[in-house]
Amino acid sequence: MRLEVDDLKKVFGRPESLSDKPNMYCPGCGHGLAHRLVAEAVDALGLKDRCIGVASVGCSVFADDYFDFDFVQAAHGRAPAVATGIKRSKPDSIVFTHQGDGDLASIGAAEMLHSANRGEMITVIFVNNAIYGMTGGQMAPTTLVGMKTSTSKLGRDPKVAGYPVRVCELLKDLEGVAYLERVAVNTPAHVIKAAKAVRKAFEVQDEGLGFSLVEILSQCPTGWGRLPKDAVDWVDDNMVPYYPLGVFRDVTAKEQK
Amino acid sequence: MPEDRVLMKGNEAIGEAAIRAGCTFYAGYPITPQNELTEYMSYHMPKAGRAFVQAESEVAAINMVYGAAATGARAMTSSSGPGISLKQEGVSYMCGAELPCFYANIVRGGPGLGNIAPAQSDYFQATRGGGHGDYRVIVLAPSTVQELFDITMLGFELADKYRNPAMILGDGILGQMREPIVLREPVEYDPGTKGAWSLGNSAGREKHMITSVRLAPGTLEKHNMKLFRKYKEIAEKEQRYELTAVDDAEVIIIAYGTSARVAKSAVAAARESGDIRLGIIRLITLWPYPADIIREYADKGARFLVVEMSLGQMYEDALLSVAGKTDVSLLAHTGGGLPAEEEIIETAKKVRASDGPVEVFPEAAE
Ligand SMILES: Cc1ncc(C[n+]2csc(CCOP(=O)(O)OP(=O)(O)O)c2C)c(N)n1
Ligand code: SF4
Repeated sequence: MRLEVDDLKKVFGRPESLSDKPNMYCPGCGHGLAHRLVAEAVDALGLKDRCIGVASVGCSVFADDYFDFDFVQAAHGRAPAVATGIKRSKPDSIVFTHQGDGDLASIGAAEMLHSANRGEMITVIFVNNAIYGMTGGQMAPTTLVGMKTSTSKLGRDPKVAGYPVRVCELLKDLEGVAYLERVAVNTPAHVIKAAKAVRKAFEVQDEGLGFSLVEILSQCPTGWGRLPKDAVDWVDDNMVPYYPLGVFRDVTAKEQK
Repeated sequence: MPEDRVLMKGNEAIGEAAIRAGCTFYAGYPITPQNELTEYMSYHMPKAGRAFVQAESEVAAINMVYGAAATGARAMTSSSGPGISLKQEGVSYMCGAELPCFYANIVRGGPGLGNIAPAQSDYFQATRGGGHGDYRVIVLAPSTVQELFDITMLGFELADKYRNPAMILGDGILGQMREPIVLREPVEYDPGTKGAWSLGNSAGREKHMITSVRLAPGTLEKHNMKLFRKYKEIAEKEQRYELTAVDDAEVIIIAYGTSARVAKSAVAAARESGDIRLGIIRLITLWPYPADIIREYADKGARFLVVEMSLGQMYEDALLSVAGKTDVSLLAHTGGGLPAEEEIIETAKKVRASDGPVEVFPEAAE
């Protein structure tokens, strides 16, 4: 049987909201997957023309290159503050930040906490890879106990460095927060769940319900010194037990009850 | 009083002027002696349908301003020394990304937590950029409540015109004092060509990107040279000052803000008593520094006396402007100390009596 071009149906392709620039992430990195999920959600919800992204400082510093809608690049940790200024000035826009764990949970902890607490109508895509990728694999606030990094060469010692920060658990009781979920992108099943979470977060923003954040447990094969395949397993074996997946807050669910 | 004349505190005049200049976004964090401004905005911005955010810190406030400015809005923040130090991060980013904004530093005594008395000790921080990188901000120095009002409206215009932050360098006295002022009519804010780069509503056009990252080899040097040409243009076109009784003066005072107020009274008093013929070049822009007019009088052989509430910071710019052609003397106070009229006149007389420059510091006055 011969198939004519007209018979072909597109079942998978690049989301309209992603640009055609090849990304510079390492093989097996989770950042690119997170971008794709955002682009798919924005397309599916028809938000592209209203969407404004805020890139942070970390390996995703050039996220503005990878999307095909308006973008601004923020100082290290300040993306939620920049997003606040945008959203308050253009309330009809859909604003999201894309931030790593050093950016969000360390230097930007105050901006993250207070934008959540004010109930800013923004969406935060939080990529937790338990390490500082861009600067060469130093300890992050999310680095697991015992995990070796370039600034915790003998493994993270909680007596010296404290315990890893669980961001969703930290935010879940804030009244301004409308949606909080922790997902992973290391298996197809997890990616499908993550896609739903990201979409939900944007829906919640579009409906003006409050602050939404999706924490994405993400592989950093380079920073962890592991092959991409091992990194995928490492998420399940080491990260998920400490960072349980699931929905931490959902005001729409409460309404339904 | 006619309707458009009102009695206003300096800090409130800045707020009212900002609203009339079309400012639609303000974020701030409390700090004395500028609190009346944040308080004014918290009430009057929402009332005018504009956005007010009490930020969690000055760092957050300036970064909110960065976001608001990126959408094309006229955005502002304000603080005093310690908070302005924190804002330098965002100011540097805005210069790099060529975003306009307006901010006020109602200066208090430093370094550190210092005190809450009026001071001019943030001069270097303001005029040298303050944060990291090769950049400049436009620095305006009012000396009356009316001028706080007028300069705020002007500051927004200049910021937009050059796509660069512009600021007021005031002090605690100016912020707190109450004076009658004439309110200028609100301007109809026209975003002009901002639509060519601002964020939002991207239907039917290419995407817009606002960034200060330029990693590709050569791109940052090229960009910084573009900024440099802009700064040169500002330096040529925007030097502002006010001259009083300079032409026959035996000593010309150079001062700004509160010290210029005191110096102006000293000029009048000394003229009236016939003690000494004083004149004053009151600086209105601190960056660009009004070097041209100072040089003009230096060429004529004028002798200068800088009066400032900091330990010779502005003095350095006067010396650079004069370029050795004549001498420049200094009367300095610090840590909240104010120059007195008689002290200025006495110092000027010392300058007249001496062959070279005279430097008077608080210790010497004891
Ligand atoms: C004020 C400031 N401090 C430090 C840095 C250096 N820096 C750049 S990226 C980064 C950490 C990035 O780690 P993370 O946020 O976890 O993102 P990742 O690279 O892992 O995706 C740091 C410390 C900076 N750019 N600015
Ligand atoms: S260093 Fe880690 S986070 Fe950065 S691009 Fe590589 S894999 Fe991704």
